[in-house]
Amino acid sequence: MSDIEIEIDGQTCTAAPNQMVIQVADAVGIYIPRFCYHKHLSVAANCRMCLVEVEKAPKPMPACATPVAAGMKVFTRSAKALAAQRAVMEFLLINHPLDCPICDQGGECELQDLSLGYGKADSYYCEGKRSVKDEDIGPLIATDMTRCIQCTRCVRFGTEIAGIRELGATDRGENMEITTYIKHTIQSEVSGNIIDLCPVGALTSKPYRFTARAWELVQSATIAAHDCIGSHLYAHTRDGKVMRVVPRENTALNETWISDRDRFSYEGLYHEDRVQKPMIRENGKLKEVSWQDAFAFALQGLQRTLNRSGVAELAGLISPSATLEELYLFQKLLRSVGSTNVEHRLRQSDFSDAMSVAPLVFSLNEFSDADVILLIGSQIHKEQPIAGVHVQKAFKRGAKIIAVNMLDYDFHFSLTEKMIVAPQAFVSALMEINEGKNAMAAVLSSAKKVCIVLGAAAQNHMQAGLVRTLAEQIAKKYNAALGIFTEGANAMGAWIAGAVPEKQMPTSAKAYLLLNVEPDKDCGNPAATVHALRAAEFVVSFSIFHNPILQACAHVIFPIVPFTETSGTFVNMAGDWQSFTGVANAVGEARPAWKVLRVLANYLQLSGFDYESSEEVRREVKEKSLARVPVVVKEVNVVADIPKNKIYRVGDIPIYEVDSIVRRAKALQAIQPVMEGELAAVRMSTEMLTQLQLREGMEVRVKQGEHSVRLPVKLDTHVPGGAVFVPGGIEATKELGNLFGEIEIEGID
Amino acid sequence: MTEKKSSLPENIQRKIDQWVTRYPTEQKRSGVLQALMFVQEHNGGYLTEALMDAVADYLEMPRIAVYEVATFYSLYHLKPVGRHVIDVCTNISCMLRDSQCIVDHIKKRLHINANETTTDGKFTLREVECLAACAAAPMMQIGKKYYENLTPEKVDTILDGLE
Repeated sequence: MSDIEIEIDGQTCTAAPNQMVIQVADAVGIYIPRFCYHKHLSVAANCRMCLVEVEKAPKPMPACATPVAAGMKVFTRSAKALAAQRAVMEFLLINHPLDCPICDQGGECELQDLSLGYGKADSYYCEGKRSVKDEDIGPLIATDMTRCIQCTRCVRFGTEIAGIRELGATDRGENMEITTYIKHTIQSEVSGNIIDLCPVGALTSKPYRFTARAWELVQSATIAAHDCIGSHLYAHTRDGKVMRVVPRENTALNETWISDRDRFSYEGLYHEDRVQKPMIRENGKLKEVSWQDAFAFALQGLQRTLNRSGVAELAGLISPSATLEELYLFQKLLRSVGSTNVEHRLRQSDFSDAMSVAPLVFSLNEFSDADVILLIGSQIHKEQPIAGVHVQKAFKRGAKIIAVNMLDYDFHFSLTEKMIVAPQAFVSALMEINEGKNAMAAVLSSAKKVCIVLGAAAQNHMQAGLVRTLAEQIAKKYNAALGIFTEGANAMGAWIAGAVPEKQMPTSAKAYLLLNVEPDKDCGNPAATVHALRAAEFVVSFSIFHNPILQACAHVIFPIVPFTETSGTFVNMAGDWQSFTGVANAVGEARPAWKVLRVLANYLQLSGFDYESSEEVRREVKEKSLARVPVVVKEVNVVADIPKNKIYRVGDIPIYEVDSIVRRAKALQAIQPVMEGELAAVRMSTEMLTQLQLREGMEVRVKQGEHSVRLPVKLDTHVPGGAVFVPGGIEATKELGNLFGEIEIEGID
Repeated sequence: MTEKKSSLPENIQRKIDQWVTRYPTEQKRSGVLQALMFVQEHNGGYLTEALMDAVADYLEMPRIAVYEVATFYSLYHLKPVGRHVIDVCTNISCMLRDSQCIVDHIKKRLHINANETTTDGKFTLREVECLAACAAAPMMQIGKKYYENLTPEKVDTILDGLE
């Protein structure tokens, strides 16, 4: 149907036939007051604030629920419209408390703003105001339900966007309440968005509460640093300190939402573990020194070790969430010295398909017209919550979601088909699909547009090379868009910057450079990495936070800053180069890592390290930008010979353990056990309990090679037979080996 | 995958199964009102959180959605009630026809106030809004039955006749 013309306040506007009046008004910049309407939520029309006068209509009409019609004349500021809006405002204020001075929303409250414009100074209402008991809905969101005006945005968000309905409107009439009804901690991984959605102070941020006022804050744009989506953020700072983080609208990525991880991780930025001064090891002890002394000491140590053992004995590990500039300078420094041992894929172990596998460029937009989405080793809503929101949307639209996983994750959508297999059977499961033999293949072949998501478990799997190759073959066969959803914020950038080795990384080296790597939490085989570091002669760590392992084995610790305190670039999985500037002051003497790397390179007398700014580094990367090497799709005929009768470990990283910042964010750490259950445990199915003659709650010894830890046994029906779920990235399992690999369980007498 | 076991009694499950056949399969949650009714009757006239959860799980709908329904409609009871719940309409038509007299009479006879249950657990009294029988005001509902054109004497006869 063609566009039609309507008139709003005398202005002629073009509108699509299915639009509502408020959408058209918004598009041309005519503001109509509203509380319950939100452009990304369904229309509820229950607050009545957007009443406008429509020519020939006997009563004022809600602009959010009035479809446009050709020749329609709308008046948003006529006497009739204003009288209606004022009346609604008076009605909404009947029960609203006058506690703005102590309300966290004060100064950025939609109700406060609109009451200034439409409210009366006094009220005819002389009956008692109602009050509603507050609920504790968890460590992220504070409630003051007496302030609620029942717009139901938070309820609709749960149903329509998060896909998990936790809040509802119980009772009716005057007694209606927004509530969880029973005591319940909100578990959605994007729950923080209801704080932004709430037009009043009923739902506010618990960690931010009472720490600052909206008008004291400086708003600066930045990019999210915990997953490969790169959501757009605003950091709100006061006196150079991040006080909170809110979404910045971006249509292609995060719309108006962000994940709780991106919203609340800022608490970790100011954790007491922050390294504030350079440190060197003297007589076995770390001591604080000046930057010059630290550089001189690092130079000496590196030269001594490399002269004796050769440059091939230098290896560098860097966080996949480092900036493009940091990654580039890090690998450039190593390569200039003569070593190609540089790696950012810290949790991955198998690169048998090719050493340099570029993550594929995948736009979230691909989900918008997909009718089948295949998840391979992916818990998408926990790994990339915003991608999860897009998949949820596709599901709502009717897309079928199918999954091949090693744990039977509780998704918010239901799966049309699923295969839940132990790690040792994962490749054969994919081969079955590739051969087109099972029900899943039938779903795939019936689809017009398929998207394939390769998640963290698939990439960290011990046969990841085969998994990737098979995923590519399946993608080719069904003409699917394949997305490799990498860990960290910048795996794509790491690849572009060249932070990948040319051949397999050595299992040990004499000298190490580490950049924002916590060896016991960030690596695929923490035991082996820690062992190698302990045995190394010289370890230089560029650290944001202190870590016990590094305190024991690093020889130099350079304090570097997180993404909020440096300029830099993250390249997300859609291939967007998203640059940002520092938004907050550095803590202590910490400095941006790109500057530290530059100076260290100068000390090492390497040429080509005279950068004045991070932009200059970025420009150089852009010019050099490695041409994208197409991944060679190999034929896979044999399933690699892995013993089938052994028990294998599924070593997923819990949602709030993915990187050093998140691990130190207090509120996220508080909610994680509610979402994930007790993580310091070995979880298995009933069948495995019987097979191993164990009971729930028993302590067992969990062994991988020489390494073992004691853990309690927990029954978990999500775990398939032949496997046990022992999470990685956490304190209790940091002494174990491969995230995905053989594991032994022994009873303790 | 193993079928999830419902904590609802077998016969209630069958009743719900039969009821939801009247809705499209993907909209079986439409049967929630009747399912709650079956469960409430089976449970001696009131619902518990556990039962509401069981209904939600059985109909594969969010638990909060069942709480919303159960708290919205006055025909569901969330606390134990007497064997007979007496709902006297005190809305405008009945009020004009002196429903207050009926309420007072019942209160006096049963020695309870509105929203209370007799000690023997036989009666619960409630004042409710319009039940759409204005033409025969004053009226009350006991269980599933309407009693109309009430007088105190008529109320006595009705209550005497209840087990």
